[in-house]
Amino acid sequence: MHGVLTIAATEIRIGLRNRWIILSSLILLAFALILVLLGSAPGGEVKTDAVTVVVASLSTLSVYLVPLIALLLSFDAIAGEIDRGTLQLVLASPVSRGAVLVGKFLGHVAVLGIAVSFGYGVAGLVAFFANGGGDVSALVGVGRLIASSMILGATFIAIGYIASASVRQTGTAAALAIAIWLFAVVLYDLALLGGLLASQDGIFARNVFPWLLVFNPADAFRLYNMSAIDVEAVGSNLAGGVGSSLPLSGLATMLSPIVWTMIALGLSTFILKKVRP
Amino acid sequence: MTEIVKSSNVSMKFKAVDALSNVSLDVAPGEQVALLGHNGAGKTTLFRLILGFIKPTAGAISIAGFAPGSDGARRTVSYLPEQVAFPKMLTGREVVRFYAKLKGAALDDVQSVLDKVELVEAADRRVDTYSKGMRQRLGLAQALVGKPDLLLLDEPTSGLDPLSRQHFYDLIAEVARQGGAVLLSSHGLSELEAKTDRVAILRKGELVANAPLADLQREADLPIRIRVRAASNAADKVHAEIGGGRINGVSVELFCAQGDKMRVLSQISGLGAQVEDVDVAAPTLDEVYRYFSKIGADEVPRRVL
Repeated sequence: MHGVLTIAATEIRIGLRNRWIILSSLILLAFALILVLLGSAPGGEVKTDAVTVVVASLSTLSVYLVPLIALLLSFDAIAGEIDRGTLQLVLASPVSRGAVLVGKFLGHVAVLGIAVSFGYGVAGLVAFFANGGGDVSALVGVGRLIASSMILGATFIAIGYIASASVRQTGTAAALAIAIWLFAVVLYDLALLGGLLASQDGIFARNVFPWLLVFNPADAFRLYNMSAIDVEAVGSNLAGGVGSSLPLSGLATMLSPIVWTMIALGLSTFILKKVRP
Repeated sequence: MTEIVKSSNVSMKFKAVDALSNVSLDVAPGEQVALLGHNGAGKTTLFRLILGFIKPTAGAISIAGFAPGSDGARRTVSYLPEQVAFPKMLTGREVVRFYAKLKGAALDDVQSVLDKVELVEAADRRVDTYSKGMRQRLGLAQALVGKPDLLLLDEPTSGLDPLSRQHFYDLIAEVARQGGAVLLSSHGLSELEAKTDRVAILRKGELVANAPLADLQREADLPIRIRVRAASNAADKVHAEIGGGRINGVSVELFCAQGDKMRVLSQISGLGAQVEDVDVAAPTLDEVYRYFSKIGADEVPRRVL
């Protein structure tokens, strides 16, 4: 346990020193502020809390940006460190390989957590005060977004470790990470959309589609955030449309990324134990 | 006495390449053993086997009774890789403290090992500002932290200047005095400066020698070089008397076996005033090493002492 925390603390320290945290915070903040500024216009006309509108927009942003940042954090963790020769010493130390991976995982999740909390936190506060305060409970939505984004990020950090442990070169791991991102957040949804259009009888839409939606951690994250906020008011129809037929609802949808995280951590530990540095 | 490293008949095959064949090498507590060999002779492969990074295709290795790579073995071994690298963003002190924590060593140890490798002044600078020699010393510091039972050092003296090299051997001698076993690899005997108890030489994956340095020197039985500078105009006469080869007009050079040395020297001294100076050179460590690293299995019977 001591080793795990030591490795995690060192990852956070490196994240701070190499400006990873600052850079990803600023990227998230920049995108979030753009959405806040654009989102405040319609928010003023519809009788919805401006912060809630912003949270809805930010959760869509999160689906794309958070997995990307997570994979960029993790793809280098094993292949790259072996390449540079920094991991050999750690693997030769008394800390077990499983503990090394969990330590890195906790460190990377913390790094991502700091970036997300800062980026979305500031954006949420700006939205709150720019609209002259208002309902403080809307800020709870920001907190929920930050927490669920961290879970989503954790999932893709763990998946990134699988990519990083399976290959020998950092470059290959990077390509694999980008492929995973493209598939999970872009192509997967397009394929589902295609499936919906192709199956006219609605069997796919009723019986298969909801499961496939929850199966993807990124979509599960979107479902959770959309259903958690007042869907009708914001005007999003995603969760409203399929909500009734979903196999999981509300907080339970977040089981999907959590289960994925567990599986990915287990699998990457298994692969790491076989790595010959 | 229980050996810290015990490898019996270890062979390692990478696809078509025999990286190691039938290597048996033991290291006892308090013993310093040097593993020599050319690049590709199998030194690093043996280290990776000892660390448990790879498994031997035949034979067995145990580290203080544990299987290589197991928890017990990892607690025993402290490793310094050939190409030592650390996260560039950390300072020297942070690096050593990191490994001290991983090894469960007391944090007081950090300052003392930094002091030992003379990195205290640079300890709070980032590793990316370090020279190669400093990185090497930092690598040694992390290996020394926590008083390991086995120090495994892969070419630790490459990149060190002669003064630091001297200091380095003092440090590992101290580890050995306190009962730690040391196994280090090196390119040649001359780098060792006769500092280790025993020398093992690998040649193309085979152990061709494994004995104290003095034994190796005796066994190689390389000729001694004697150079005689003759007095003016006496060179021809000296050459006629003692034989050998003429060099640069005034000197005669000849080689003789160890046992023959005194006879030849007394013959030279019998020449009296015709000889101006005599220079006797024992075979250098490099020559001894070259002798053993050239031994092929077919040329000379296998020597495992």
